[in-house]
Amino acid sequence: MTEQTILGGLDPDLIDRVVTRRDALRQTGQRAGLLALASMPVAFGLMAKKAFAQGGLPADIADVLNFALTLEYLESEFYMLGLAPGAVDVGVARPIFDQISLHEAAHVLLLQQILGPLAILKPTFDFTAGGAFNDVFSNATTFITLAQAFEDTGVRAYKGQAPFVQSQAEVLTTALRIHSVEARHAAAVRRLAQSPGVKGWITGNDSAPVALQPSYLGEEITTQLGIDLLAFGTAAAASEAFDEPLTREEVDAIVAPFIVPEPPPA
Amino acid sequence: MDADVTKSITLSNIRQLWEPGTRREFLRVAALGGSAVLLPAMFAACGDDDGGPMEPPPPDAVVLDLSSDAGVLNYAYALEQLEAAFYTQVIQAFYAGITPEEQQVLTDIGGHEVIHRDFLAATLGGARIPDLMVDFAGGNVDFTSRFSVLSTAKIFEDGGVAAYNGAGRLLTDLNNLLVAGKIVSVEARHAAAIRDLLRPGTRDFAGDDVVDPSGLDQAFEPGFVLQDSGLGQFIITPIEIVS
Repeated sequence: MTEQTILGGLDPDLIDRVVTRRDALRQTGQRAGLLALASMPVAFGLMAKKAFAQGGLPADIADVLNFALTLEYLESEFYMLGLAPGAVDVGVARPIFDQISLHEAAHVLLLQQILGPLAILKPTFDFTAGGAFNDVFSNATTFITLAQAFEDTGVRAYKGQAPFVQSQAEVLTTALRIHSVEARHAAAVRRLAQSPGVKGWITGNDSAPVALQPSYLGEEITTQLGIDLLAFGTAAAASEAFDEPLTREEVDAIVAPFIVPEPPPA
Repeated sequence: MDADVTKSITLSNIRQLWEPGTRREFLRVAALGGSAVLLPAMFAACGDDDGGPMEPPPPDAVVLDLSSDAGVLNYAYALEQLEAAFYTQVIQAFYAGITPEEQQVLTDIGGHEVIHRDFLAATLGGARIPDLMVDFAGGNVDFTSRFSVLSTAKIFEDGGVAAYNGAGRLLTDLNNLLVAGKIVSVEARHAAAIRDLLRPGTRDFAGDDVVDPSGLDQAFEPGFVLQDSGLGQFIITPIEIVS
């Protein structure tokens, strides 16, 4: 884990050494076993480097990745602050949130390394959303409620962007691999919720606080590609079985209350 | 990667891949190439173990042509058939001592997988592959055992996530890509719930065995999914992948 975290920091020389070693193994046909798995992020780093060497990521792809980076900045800082000493007492759920926090920080690093100089800076966040959630970092229920909304929104946001990165297969696959991790997070957080009936999947467009309803609007549909799913199951199951995307504009509107606007240039 | 090689492999000998020697060889090849399941080396590796070339596919083999969206969706349909069959059997007679929570989770997931299966069948229409023959006993699933059921479910859900993640890039129609994305995140939710039932309150819902240090879930190529991810062992119908 330590070695991987260092690799995640992307020291180019280190990557070259590791990749060279992998190539050597490939040539000699030695058994590499887990090495291929261990070198996945390294391989991606190499791909990203190649992309820059060829003139950089296309602007539209970089734009989508920066949109994703904004969400990862938000999630990462949310957990960092919420799990800090003296902040939220999440009790027995601590290992779950520690793991989520680790992943969100890793997503920030990964997107930063793919974007390189194109990466945007972290915005300033206000997790109280202007006072709507004043106890977010002292009340476990508020914290978990917001965590659920952020994770469910993240899943929908990545999904909505998949078509826009389709032209770059490596970027698409990486986005999908983040997307399913966000969905794992969402399910785990949802299962912590105390409200009866809240499950790992989204039933209809159910939302706990009304303020978070926009994160769930549209989840209730029971038709896919023109096919009526009610022939195959209940409305609840049909809505649960498919997670719906959100557009970038919808996501921007959802997270806007948590982002402090930039002061206008002097 | 290696676009010029023959991208076809026959899965007529699924059991063979679970023999230790073959599996080790397979992992070696897969590890070195990433997409090595589709490399000619794989044929050599298989052949070495039984002293002869792999058998040609029986006439009733199902062909998945992954160069078309229909082929990729049929691949998903194959996996959803397998999952739906599994949960249907689980729900028919729950293991003794099942908790209400476990019963709800397994019933919900079963309902989702049936909908995924029937949706894919409907959208594929006349292009869909036949019903696959599956066998859980051969994979040593004990439906009376909580651990066996949940462990098998974990294989299916993690494998399903990795399969969809790996297949996304094969789809050309954006509507198909999007609908696959709508399904895969639900499979990931299933995986997290099943893992949380097995090891409640731990990091295992998104454990380090499936999420790498960059925070990335697994993505498997179709050949790997059907042969070595643990899913293929339950499919009796021979499947031939071409692309």
